[in-house]
Amino acid sequence: MCAAPMTTESAPAALGPRTGTLATRPARRRRLSVRAAPYLLIAPTVLVIAAVMAYPLGTLVSLSLQHYGLRELLAHQGTWVALENYRAIVADSLFWQVVGRSVLFTGAGVAISMVLGTLLALLMERVSGPVRLLLSGGLIFVWATPVVVAIDIWQWMFDYEFGVGNWLLSNAHVANLRHYNWFENPLQGFAIITALVVWGALPFLAITLYAGLAQVPRELVEAAECDGAGPWHIFWQVTAPIIRPLFLILLSLSTIWDFQVFNQVWIMLNSRPSSGYYLMGVYSYVESFRVDQFGSGAAIAVVMVLVLLVATFVYIRQMAQTGELDR
Amino acid sequence: MRARTARRLSYDAIGIVVFAILIFPIYWMVATAFKPGRDILRFDPRWVPAPATLANFSDALSRPFFWSSVRNSLIVVLTVVAVSLMLAFLAAVGVARFGFRGRRAFVVMLLVVQMVPLVALVIPIYLLLDGFSLTNTLLGVIITYLAVILPFMTWTLRGFVANIPVELEEAAVIDGCTRMGAFLRIVFPLTAPGLVATAIFAFIQAWNEYIVAYVLLSDPGTQTLTVWLAAFTTNHGTDWGPLMAGATLTSVPVVAFFLLVQRHVTAGLTAGAVKG
Repeated sequence: MCAAPMTTESAPAALGPRTGTLATRPARRRRLSVRAAPYLLIAPTVLVIAAVMAYPLGTLVSLSLQHYGLRELLAHQGTWVALENYRAIVADSLFWQVVGRSVLFTGAGVAISMVLGTLLALLMERVSGPVRLLLSGGLIFVWATPVVVAIDIWQWMFDYEFGVGNWLLSNAHVANLRHYNWFENPLQGFAIITALVVWGALPFLAITLYAGLAQVPRELVEAAECDGAGPWHIFWQVTAPIIRPLFLILLSLSTIWDFQVFNQVWIMLNSRPSSGYYLMGVYSYVESFRVDQFGSGAAIAVVMVLVLLVATFVYIRQMAQTGELDR
Repeated sequence: MRARTARRLSYDAIGIVVFAILIFPIYWMVATAFKPGRDILRFDPRWVPAPATLANFSDALSRPFFWSSVRNSLIVVLTVVAVSLMLAFLAAVGVARFGFRGRRAFVVMLLVVQMVPLVALVIPIYLLLDGFSLTNTLLGVIITYLAVILPFMTWTLRGFVANIPVELEEAAVIDGCTRMGAFLRIVFPLTAPGLVATAIFAFIQAWNEYIVAYVLLSDPGTQTLTVWLAAFTTNHGTDWGPLMAGATLTSVPVVAFFLLVQRHVTAGLTAGAVKG
């Protein structure tokens, strides 16, 4: 389909698609060593992933079927309870609150960051050269900021006493926020956390969408303009259909990333979030490492992974349609 | 024509405002880091750090466990980069240069694994490493990071290797190179930019990671820089000046490196949906 994802100057992709691989060329005899070669090459990677990703994932599932508390932790041996942990969390109203909150938080975060990301990409297309350079430079700086650093910054900006954010909002007469503690009320606390998450997500979305917009043929837009279409129409009728695959990829990635938010809540609330701040990841962590109920913590984590599988499926299918998986 | 210029100017104005909003948090971190204490704790903020001071930096550097955290982070990051680069390169060549049964499954696996939340995995990983007495050791963290980073690295490097025309290698073989020789003389040097880019990516990932290090390294002597930084706030009353100085110091290596590889990260995650 398109050119390479990683076009380097030294490896011109313009030479056209590769027609085959060395091992499958008919001229070459298929010796055993050649057939074994790819397996040997991927073996170490497969081994590490199997040991530290796949095996623990299996352990997670089996853990969720056990009672595994502090005593079991010391003995390195849990007691089998079948679906008891799941039955317990499903009957727990806190669990459903957490699920609902996570879905809402993800929905809001994804929607806001996708809309703002698209607007930013459209803006970048319209500004003059120097301003575009300024914008993308700013975006890259934001993108490069480590998450933990970003959390500390936002915590400071909305410090209840000396936060510059409080000062700005007060002086813009939005509200009087002198000595205002945003985190007393989880709804307002999540407003700050969402702002932080969106701020961190915008660079990747905007820069990628901007690159995607560049693929929309100029002639199509001009033709639509000639026919008298307004900018709103042009975006929905011409641009949107062309960048749809990219849009779906970004949508699924954002969903996956926002649904597993942990650090932003945990560090922002000084490692002691009240239950009103629990998202799936936080809840599962607290159950495991604070309450020492690794079994039910694992059950919550399994539910989380299952929910994410849906988004992952969309992502993989979209990637497959770009033809990328078979290159 | 004039309407068009006016429109462009207004877009530029919006662009500059958006830039200012985006960059402000970072500016505020750096500005706070250079302010003396009395200018930090003010109801009416001081917008520029004048007079400037380095006191916050020296305070941050002399905090307990700062230097041990830097050392731990460096050990972890450099080991992870070196090992993962080697393994990922082998796997990338395997995928890009050979057709084999299970190839597609392997590629899909690389993508799926990247989507598994670490918050979920850290529970069994903790128990697993605890069984081997590898919690509170850097080795446990290094192994975990390897598994987290390898899929993306393999995926990205695969793109670089696949872009080198097989014909180049074949030409070398015709001219009398062995296959191994052709590989070392043609593929390896041409992949160098890709190796640098992925190495830097691994560096950033390992440097920034928080939750695995937080769970596995509870002893402050073994903790990494992000854990040190996050723990800054847990004491009652935060020293914002030193904290922002520490945050600035933590960001510097990452930002410097990131500027070099940003383009490749975007391309890797979205593949053929965007032209590189």
